Amino acid sequence: MPVKTVQALFAALMVAFLIIPLIVILPLAFTNSALLVYPVPGWSMRWFRELVENDAWRRAIVNSLIIGGGTTVLATVLGTLASLGLRQRLPYIGAVLRTLFMLPMVVPAVVLGIGMQILLAHLGLANTYAAVIIAHTVIAVPFVIISVAGALAGIDKRVELAAASLGASPATVFRRVTLPLAMPGVLSGAVLAFATSLDEVVLTIFVAGPNQRTLARQMFSTIRENISPAIASSAFLFIVGTVVIGALVLAVRSRAPKAAA
Amino acid sequence: MKKRVLSPRMGAFLLVAPLFFFIALFFVWPLASVMKQSVSDTAVLHILPKTAEAMSDWDGESTPSPTLQQALIDDLRAATDEQATGDMVRRLNSAQSGFRTLMAKTIKAANEAREGPVDLLEIDKKWAQPQYWKAISEALSPVTDRYLLASLDLTRDASGSIVSQPPEAAINTAIFSRTLWISALVTFFCVVLGYPYALLIVASTGWKRQLLLAAVLLPLWTSLLVRTAAWFMLLQEKGLINELLQTLAFINEPLALIFNRTGVVIAMTHVQLPLMVLPIYSVLLTIPKNLMPAAASLGAHPIRAFWRVMLPLSFRGILSGSLLVFMSALGYYITPALIGGAGDQMISYFIAFYATETANWGMASALGLVLLIITILLYAVYERLSATRERSA
Repeated sequence: MPVKTVQALFAALMVAFLIIPLIVILPLAFTNSALLVYPVPGWSMRWFRELVENDAWRRAIVNSLIIGGGTTVLATVLGTLASLGLRQRLPYIGAVLRTLFMLPMVVPAVVLGIGMQILLAHLGLANTYAAVIIAHTVIAVPFVIISVAGALAGIDKRVELAAASLGASPATVFRRVTLPLAMPGVLSGAVLAFATSLDEVVLTIFVAGPNQRTLARQMFSTIRENISPAIASSAFLFIVGTVVIGALVLAVRSRAPKAAA
Repeated sequence: MKKRVLSPRMGAFLLVAPLFFFIALFFVWPLASVMKQSVSDTAVLHILPKTAEAMSDWDGESTPSPTLQQALIDDLRAATDEQATGDMVRRLNSAQSGFRTLMAKTIKAANEAREGPVDLLEIDKKWAQPQYWKAISEALSPVTDRYLLASLDLTRDASGSIVSQPPEAAINTAIFSRTLWISALVTFFCVVLGYPYALLIVASTGWKRQLLLAAVLLPLWTSLLVRTAAWFMLLQEKGLINELLQTLAFINEPLALIFNRTGVVIAMTHVQLPLMVLPIYSVLLTIPKNLMPAAASLGAHPIRAFWRVMLPLSFRGILSGSLLVFMSALGYYITPALIGGAGDQMISYFIAFYATETANWGMASALGLVLLIITILLYAVYERLSATRERSA
């Protein structure tokens, strides 16, 4: 019995350690105080108004949407095409390419950031939206590939062969069979790409100019320089966004086996 | 026949090509420029190209020939970019003190005379000393190992042999060992907390297992910045943890939890914990459930059964998780920058500092290269480990 109690206690403490930090920041988004502390003296939407009315915050949100959107499109297209290509057996080259495409997840962001700043300045792209979208795409692509490759691996090749044997051209097989079956993977890859871009700070510091400040970058400097409850309200947006996105991914994933069946 | 074998493969290459070129241009090239930048030293050569040509005839000891002197004058007259000239002077001054005033004088005199020959020795007697010319000659080489040596707290002495930096300049080894130490601490706490937690997930069923899994996945999906902001709020002097402990009268004074090592390790452990739990969990799932009862039925004490059966079988998961946590902890920038104090900044902070604050690209790149090499080596071990697991599974 005491072993069970210890186990339950440990589990409870661990769940608390993992979850509580994500929860306690939420109510502070609605504080009417200028300080980011408990107890909350009163409730208001003041800090959400700040996000909308303050130029720096509003611009940061708009920039995040522009850059996140661009990254999602670019990373999803490039990643999906490459995943389709990598389905083909390519001895040696296939494994090398896959490792190469995964590496951006591993390389320390600061090192990549320095290199990108040097290169993008060289190309005359420093301090542009294109620079930030390119940088975010590099680190978002691995997530798209993992997600799409997973979905493609789950496709029964016989379904495609059956379609081909019934006279469908390769293009038709792709459009009517392969793509619909891979769609859940493509969509969750797109969502992950967007989330990666939204949360990226380090590369943004190196390649973005003051006009491309993203929400994450703005949060970083606000925590560093003058902490305010605007942090909590943008964190609130992030967490609500995460839950919505997570629910979307789960919904898409749960549709996947039905579609394949 | 041959065409049918080739065409799907060609198609595959065409599909992969866009991403390949994108990654080659915007990922491989930047890393290559970091490598190049870490050994590149063109500040002097850039301003003094003619001097570099004339220098090849110099014997290294005698007073330089009028041709060489004139080449230097011509180069200085041609130099219009003030910032680049400043870089050149700074670079020379770091090799041989006295260059700052000497160059300022010489540039002024060269520009006043506008054209025609100028006697350098008349401007300053120092130009008669070969050591100044020697410094220029050495600094003209476009390749240098001094940044890489400096990143390991080494330098070259006057005779060119590699020696330790003087203690006041030797800071990088300390920063690297601090980075390794913080990462090791975080990895340790992740194992100590994550392994039993993963065992509990596997042992539980139904909604309990769902809850325990969700508790790991939710932080993983949440923005790193949000998690760091949350810890900032919790750990601060008037934060929830201190308020709670004071209300419960466990402590009288607020604990110092932020802007120090404790805060950094707590926040980083929280962020990295899912990376430890998930690999261990996936290995534990493959272990047959009847092994522990089997060991018990053969008379093994639970602790002995755990030690001899469970731990060896799950060791690979612990190793994968540890490598993953340690490897990504090494490159941490945001969390120490926001939660840590001056003494808790890791190597990424200093790389960013050299690059953005002092524009010392050589030093930033050299430190970055060391970090990159360590990370890639750890990743290679990790990949190997997961590849053998897939084969054996």
